[in-house]
Amino acid sequence: MSKRTVEYLVTRNPEMGLDGRPVQAPVVPLEHDPELTGEHMLLNIGPQHPATHGVLRLVVELDGETVVRCIPHIGFLHSSFEKLGEYRTWNQIIPLTDRMDYLAPLIYNCAYAMAVEKLMGVEVTERCKVVRVMLMEMDRVFSHLLWIGTTALDIGAMTVFLYTFQERERVYDLHEALTGARITTSATRIGGMMADLPPGFIQGVRTWIESCRRTLDEVETLLSNNNLWIGRNRDVGAISAEDAIDYGLTGPNLRASGVPYDVRRDRPYYDYESYDFDVPVGEHGDCYDRYLCRMEEMRQSMNIIEQAIERLPDGPINVDDPRLILPGKKDVMTDMASMIHHFKLVMEGVNAPAGESWFGVESSKGELGMYVVSDGGSKPVRWRVRGPSFINISALPKMVEGHLLADVITVNASLDIVLGEIDR
Amino acid sequence: MMADKDFEAGLGGLDEGPAASATDPETPFGEAGDAADHPTVAALHERFGAAILHHGVVAGDEHVVHIQPERNAEILRWLKEDPGQRYLYLSDVTAVDFGGGRPLEVVYQLWSMELKRQIRLKAQLPLAALEIDSAVPIWQAANWLEREVFDLFGITFRGHPDLRRIMMPDNYAEGHPLRKDFPLRGRFSRAEQTRRALSMEVEDYYTPEELGIAGDKHRHGQEAGA
Repeated sequence: MSKRTVEYLVTRNPEMGLDGRPVQAPVVPLEHDPELTGEHMLLNIGPQHPATHGVLRLVVELDGETVVRCIPHIGFLHSSFEKLGEYRTWNQIIPLTDRMDYLAPLIYNCAYAMAVEKLMGVEVTERCKVVRVMLMEMDRVFSHLLWIGTTALDIGAMTVFLYTFQERERVYDLHEALTGARITTSATRIGGMMADLPPGFIQGVRTWIESCRRTLDEVETLLSNNNLWIGRNRDVGAISAEDAIDYGLTGPNLRASGVPYDVRRDRPYYDYESYDFDVPVGEHGDCYDRYLCRMEEMRQSMNIIEQAIERLPDGPINVDDPRLILPGKKDVMTDMASMIHHFKLVMEGVNAPAGESWFGVESSKGELGMYVVSDGGSKPVRWRVRGPSFINISALPKMVEGHLLADVITVNASLDIVLGEIDR
Repeated sequence: MMADKDFEAGLGGLDEGPAASATDPETPFGEAGDAADHPTVAALHERFGAAILHHGVVAGDEHVVHIQPERNAEILRWLKEDPGQRYLYLSDVTAVDFGGGRPLEVVYQLWSMELKRQIRLKAQLPLAALEIDSAVPIWQAANWLEREVFDLFGITFRGHPDLRRIMMPDNYAEGHPLRKDFPLRGRFSRAEQTRRALSMEVEDYYTPEELGIAGDKHRHGQEAGA
């Protein structure tokens, strides 16, 4: 048996003081004691484990309870969406996009449509832009709500999960009213949306924002000063700003380390520069800062939705371009030319000019890049998704090595991964 | 009967892989770019001269620079470290296969957080020599991205610390799925794929490195096989 020595980083022991306030035990680096380091153990976590948030498998080398090395294995959910896309027309790919990140499907629908529209040189209508901004921000909150619920559940707080899922249920209802589906929305089309907002949608969003704000306050009351929550999150999985950029982290995980990079602000699309919102930035890059960043992001997103509702213009939702948009159903049923038009658009698809486009948006997990390459046909030569979770999870070994085994679960949860998009 | 024949032909298409793209392999996409529009491109021309093969603008405002594959690491490192460029953030590494025996393109997407500039680099690799220097010594972010390109396209990255399959299983024998000559439903029949999946040993699920951690008691399977 080979023996290896590890340096124990810290010991943490949060306790409640007599006055009911959290007492943080001082961080004491343990002295290296050869007597206490022994045989290393190989532990396999997952792929079917509730705390891996999907089918992620982690092989962990342990010395006692300290993680010496962590090797993630992915690919259990690999469906080769990018390959499938090469066999589908531009519009047929949209249902594949929401199956990647089923926690924020509308962001993926919109990002893909935006990349293809950029490639085709199509400018969507003003109403469509505002509607898409509204839907993307709604799904950002939708995804963060799941994150806070499941992360708290992983760490042992059941209540938060029940609170946030109540709010998620309201968003599911809004999805359903908009598209007929709760998760697999497929809401966008090249050049517009599958349908305009249904009656009562705006009122539904307003009601949801009102109750969601209250729920967030309640969640903060439960967690922010909670001794156990602080003990499990503070100083856990910290990553410095330089390392975070080097590892390609994006989204709240990067901003928690103090890097104010947000695609909405740095490369604005859909007039994001004209919305009034803050980009929350952390300081320490640990799990607790990631929690704070996401909580603030949800509030900012709801502010953006309110501004979008204010400015929502009337007018058509789809571009006026018969090459892209199907004719009205009434015309198809009564007019021969429209029927032929409908048939050709559905059977042959839309042709995109030869060229390529790489379009990045800020999804709930980080920077989502859609890269589409066309040779002038109705199907892509290459459709590539730069999934933020895929890059974020690759930094997991860096964050957990030297921490305790229980922290692996915390750090993994705090990264907010979704395996459908990692494996694609 | 006619419909059945079409259906058969369609299935054949799935078994042969998609048709090669119709684009002219020699001409890169987009209009020829003006280096004056992008300070980085002008600096690249000045600094690397002949290693910069082509500069184009696609989709309105995206600058694409084709570089010599032999000098990719040198150029990428300069883009990251030169005080006038500072592309500290590597967004994406991927590859494009146009089919028909044409070279594969390795695509690097960079973003400079300080200067708020974006640039895309491309290096073409002939199918006979799918090797390029790794970008992992420059950005850690390239680690999994290059593993993905290796797995799905079969491009070897020289100097990568841990170049093994990432999406497909380690013992996957059918090749590289995102290549155009790879059929959509795989090279083996469904029965053969199932047989292979069921015949995997416990050791197949771990890398040799991991089995090393576990110690001798997990090794007997390997020894018996060797």
